[in-house]
Amino acid sequence: MCGAPDQAVALPAGTDLTKETVLAGRVVADGSPVGGAFVRLLDGTGEFTAEVVSSASGDFRFFAAPGTWTVRALSRRGNGESVLTPEAPGLHQTEIAVA
Amino acid sequence: MSREDVLVTADWAEKNLGTEGIVFLEVDEDTTAYDGGHLPGAVKINWTTELQDEVRRDIPTQEQFSALLSAKGVKNDDLVILYGGNNNWFAAYAYWEFKLYGHENVKLLDGGRKKWELDGRTLTTEVPSREATTYSAKPADDSIRAKRDEVVDAIGNKNLVDVRSPDEFSGKILAPAHLPQEQSQRPGHIPSAINIPWSKAANEDGTFKSDEDLTALYGEAGFDAGKSTIAYCRIGERSSHTWFVLRELLGHDDVKNYDGSWTEYGSLIGVPIELGAR
Repeated sequence: MCGAPDQAVALPAGTDLTKETVLAGRVVADGSPVGGAFVRLLDGTGEFTAEVVSSASGDFRFFAAPGTWTVRALSRRGNGESVLTPEAPGLHQTEIAVA
Repeated sequence: MSREDVLVTADWAEKNLGTEGIVFLEVDEDTTAYDGGHLPGAVKINWTTELQDEVRRDIPTQEQFSALLSAKGVKNDDLVILYGGNNNWFAAYAYWEFKLYGHENVKLLDGGRKKWELDGRTLTTEVPSREATTYSAKPADDSIRAKRDEVVDAIGNKNLVDVRSPDEFSGKILAPAHLPQEQSQRPGHIPSAINIPWSKAANEDGTFKSDEDLTALYGEAGFDAGKSTIAYCRIGERSSHTWFVLRELLGHDDVKNYDGSWTEYGSLIGVPIELGAR
């Protein structure tokens, strides 16, 4: 699922990936990107931490910390979720399939 | 106070778009959201430039608030319906400012943009033109706004409700996880505060939970209904959401929003700070 980091992922200027733990991903339905999905970040206990809206290309990102995180998407195409377990700072990527 | 006095449903909003005397105002954390589509007839408010002073760190003055609503074409007796993205965070913040400056007739759209979008209701990019008015704000009502000295005095005395996420409360992170880690000088929370994340008051679609669920939620977390309350978060917008729940939905008397919140408190010299989960 997570191959080589996608160098095209746009991060804010000044983002230091040796310090920041960035969780990034894409929301897809039947293989095509879903923009406008509501993506929430839940911590290891399932507690809501943050929510963003996916871009037109289905992309989203969070600034988090090492640990266990669930990213959950709600959209008109359906809902879905994915789990990330970053162990160190850096860019960590995933894909959420909604149905 | 009942729920109907402070909230409208998406169905109600859809039927009342374009009605004389009702003004829909959109306030988003992402200030470009409106431009990509909004409720037909709704007017945009930019919280970064219009709901705070642009030089000093403060809310707009009475004069600035009057000028803002005049320019937006809002009359003193209009019914204002506020809504926005991110589960109405900034719409709730705007609601708090409207109440602070004495606007009587203001309500939130339950679920905000999120429910509207998930329902697949109409959005437009057409920007309405409203004739300017002569709006006159009342003097600020300080009974709903807490400042730093009052917050320090409230330690151990009042309900201090920290509505940030558990990791912000414990001091693990300084800001919500969708923002770069920056802001206050020190992490942690105000001693004696209870942690009831704002998100627990909302359903997944952004609507508020039922009064029964909300009463149970705060009660179980140690909220003392017999005491005065100050709610805070990082910059005062998520705590507006909880302020709305405690004062407007549940009808508690003395509830204040601390808009300085953690970015102020966590940078003050000499005040007590507590770390760790509760």
